[in-house]
Amino acid sequence: MIAVIDYGVGNLFSLSSSLDMIGAKSVITSDAEQIRKADKIILPGVGAFADAIKKLREKGLDKLIIDEAKKGKPIMGICLGMQLLFEKSYEYGEHTGLGLLKGSVVPMQGIIPTELKIPHIGWNALHIKAKHPIFKYIKENDYVYFVHSYFATDCEDSLLATTEYGAELTSAVALDNVTGCQFHPEKSGDIGLSILRAFDEWEATK
Amino acid sequence: MITKRIIPCLDVKDGRVVKGVNFLGLADVSSPVKLAKFYSESGADELVFYDITASAEGRALFTDILREVAKTIFIPLTVGGGINSVEDFDRVLKCGADKVSVNSGAIRNPELISLAAQKYGNQCVVISADIKRVDGTFRVFAKGGREDTGMEAISWIKKCVANGAGEVVVNSIDTDGVKRGFDIEMLKAVREAVNVPVIASGGAGCIQDFVTLFKEIPDMDAGLAASIFHFGEVQISDLKRELAENDIIVRL
Repeated sequence: MIAVIDYGVGNLFSLSSSLDMIGAKSVITSDAEQIRKADKIILPGVGAFADAIKKLREKGLDKLIIDEAKKGKPIMGICLGMQLLFEKSYEYGEHTGLGLLKGSVVPMQGIIPTELKIPHIGWNALHIKAKHPIFKYIKENDYVYFVHSYFATDCEDSLLATTEYGAELTSAVALDNVTGCQFHPEKSGDIGLSILRAFDEWEATK
Repeated sequence: MITKRIIPCLDVKDGRVVKGVNFLGLADVSSPVKLAKFYSESGADELVFYDITASAEGRALFTDILREVAKTIFIPLTVGGGINSVEDFDRVLKCGADKVSVNSGAIRNPELISLAAQKYGNQCVVISADIKRVDGTFRVFAKGGREDTGMEAISWIKKCVANGAGEVVVNSIDTDGVKRGFDIEMLKAVREAVNVPVIASGGAGCIQDFVTLFKEIPDMDAGLAASIFHFGEVQISDLKRELAENDIIVRL
């Protein structure tokens, strides 16, 4: 059972439908007991970092996710959910994240050439930097769908894939049981579904 | 690098996909769910669903169909037609839409764009403009291209983007349904005026029209079409191969 964390940030319809499509059992929940019982956790999210981390804290979910991750439970953050796994974000100020991965989240503005539009929206290619079970079906240059204005940096120890958009941007991360995709696997066609399938099939050992 | 997007548009009325020539003379084409699945499998980068029903029953049928599409197809979905309020955004987003396109609703109530952008983010709000040349100027038309609003199109689009629209669909009424190519002049004018993605619509008749679009306007983001895809005149897989052969970056 995959617990998809529901903390009032974004629409979970497509994510839940895509898990149904690959035959993964999932539940959309903010209930601590259900999250503890689940084999795996997906942390979704769209919107602003500060608002999202505040909502997680208000529901006490930040500590719960950190505890479950430390026990070795596989976790996948998606989009803003991936960014929340890091130590810090510099989106409108400076905010502390869950700190499960080393690194911080910074704006593209000032880093990518000014003629490129922000947000980075659309299909772009993955350049694989490491091996991890969640990428077992993924090939170099597979295309996935992005919508974001900030990206994770200083995260060499968890870097799984990058994507070229005026700079080499972090597009996927994984360190043992803690993983994340900057793109939307639930909107990335068969490639995206194959990442969710690999996550579902993965038997993490720690 | 980021790819150019190819987007089929499905006009839906009473649960069926339709396409008009110059917005008139609708002909029934196919089932929205089947067509959407077919497009997704043939490499469409995104789908646009346009609700052209006016009745409440038609609207309910449309959201049922949207929900069914979003349960089986996992590429970005944009929904337009009958979007007049933030509640309408909410209604279609809950059914699995990723972006919502506003047209007449924004003309009637320009605040709609800023309200929706604040609530759902700029990336969610698309301004779709039906534009036609009148006395040598680009004019915005409302109500599916039937009513001249008198507004100059470029300044209207700039205003919408300033209010928070994160993407622009330019539909040239002058070239729509004629199948002799996109309206390069009009599209260039819009592309130069704004700094958000622009989607070209109206006039595609063959594969070469898309090649011309991206060669003439290299920073155009996407090409949208309906009838040439629905009637099988152009297969999306063939189109993308041809674009790739012309060094245009696409997702194959």
